[in-house]
Amino acid sequence: MAALPGSEEATAGRGPMVPRPFRVLARRQETVDTWTLTMEPTGGGTPPAFRPGQFNMLYAFGVGEVPISISGDPAGGGPLEHTVRAVGPVSAAICRTEPGEQLGVRGPFGSSWPVREAAGRYVVIVAGGLGLAPLRPALLEALALRERLAGLVLLCGGRSPAELLYRAELERLAADPRLDLGLTVDSAAPGWSGQVGVVPRLIDDAGFDPAAATAFVVGPEVMMRFTVDALLERGVDPAAIHVSVERNMKCAVTQCGRCQLGPTFACREGPVIAYAGIAPFFRGREI
Amino acid sequence: MPTRSIDQLLATVPTFAGLPSDWLELVSGCGRNSGFEVGRYLAREGDPADAFYLIRQGRVALEIAAPGSGALMIETLGEGAVLGWSWLFPPFKWSFDARATEPVRAIAFDGACLRGKCDADNSLGYELMRRFAAVMLDRLQATRLQLLDVYGGVAGE
Repeated sequence: MAALPGSEEATAGRGPMVPRPFRVLARRQETVDTWTLTMEPTGGGTPPAFRPGQFNMLYAFGVGEVPISISGDPAGGGPLEHTVRAVGPVSAAICRTEPGEQLGVRGPFGSSWPVREAAGRYVVIVAGGLGLAPLRPALLEALALRERLAGLVLLCGGRSPAELLYRAELERLAADPRLDLGLTVDSAAPGWSGQVGVVPRLIDDAGFDPAAATAFVVGPEVMMRFTVDALLERGVDPAAIHVSVERNMKCAVTQCGRCQLGPTFACREGPVIAYAGIAPFFRGREI
Repeated sequence: MPTRSIDQLLATVPTFAGLPSDWLELVSGCGRNSGFEVGRYLAREGDPADAFYLIRQGRVALEIAAPGSGALMIETLGEGAVLGWSWLFPPFKWSFDARATEPVRAIAFDGACLRGKCDADNSLGYELMRRFAAVMLDRLQATRLQLLDVYGGVAGE
């Protein structure tokens, strides 16, 4: 049986603050500044089990550590997978890690997307930009559980066609009868056959019953605010809308307080949080 | 297609839904069915804006040509969307190109015809302006969100 995330077994007695060395197996460029790394434990064994939406602290030795959502298949059996955008010195160092080199990994930490709890309902996944990475495990789990769901909708927005993540996978999904896929970008040149416009505008025409929908939303916070508004306007229950709140996590174990959003620790109660529970802080400034 | 069918179609589209039947008849009297193959233009920048369209099926790209860049796609509009408001205001010229990216079926409304009916019945005119303002507000808000370039500016570590 897989070890529970954050448990003594998962951390193999090291404690949650001690990274475990992982060797990079492959490095695939997704966009101009984003790479997907697959990794396995250096000392053998399998990566810890995780639930969709959880994150690891990835440590580039000698540079620093950052929280990165797991983007692989939660069914397990494969290597650990992370999609990382180079936005600063640590993430850039992680993105530069070549196959054979090592990274430190702590985790998995945090809450998860309630995919299994959505049995009998429509699962509506809304991703903006890099937000598709933390939602990919939820998508894979929803596809695996598809027969138990009323429907599955994936709506993705990006800056341009070239900056959409997992393009080849999205092209396969476009032909997959198990889900309804909507793609839109902020701007495009002729030749792009998808939509141009902002992702919240896909919600009006998406094929789901709002009274029986569970929505998962990840993206830049401005995009999430507009998306939540569009879901509420469509009639989705605030308690059935889940967002990913990503703050400046440092310790990932509620000790440093850097990720607090009001009374909520994003590393413990989050990153996946029901909108209804966080609504008073969702639009708060300087939080 | 008989005018009556356009009435019925209008009643199902959010922009016109809920209008009294006599107003729906007035509006539909200015409409005619039209179709566009992929690549055909519904409107060209600078041309007289003597019509607007209600898209029944297919997709239309709003584009603007820029030297050295070719056409830039600004937005796409699909089923149920209203295309065009330049018919409402002088100098009645299209500001962008509108190109069918899928086979399009639409209702084309004669702008001068509808303006005449709005002038003759100010209550109808006010109600239509209110509804078109809602379409403009929706597009303006979406455009502002696009302008923010939220996917480009990522906070550092």
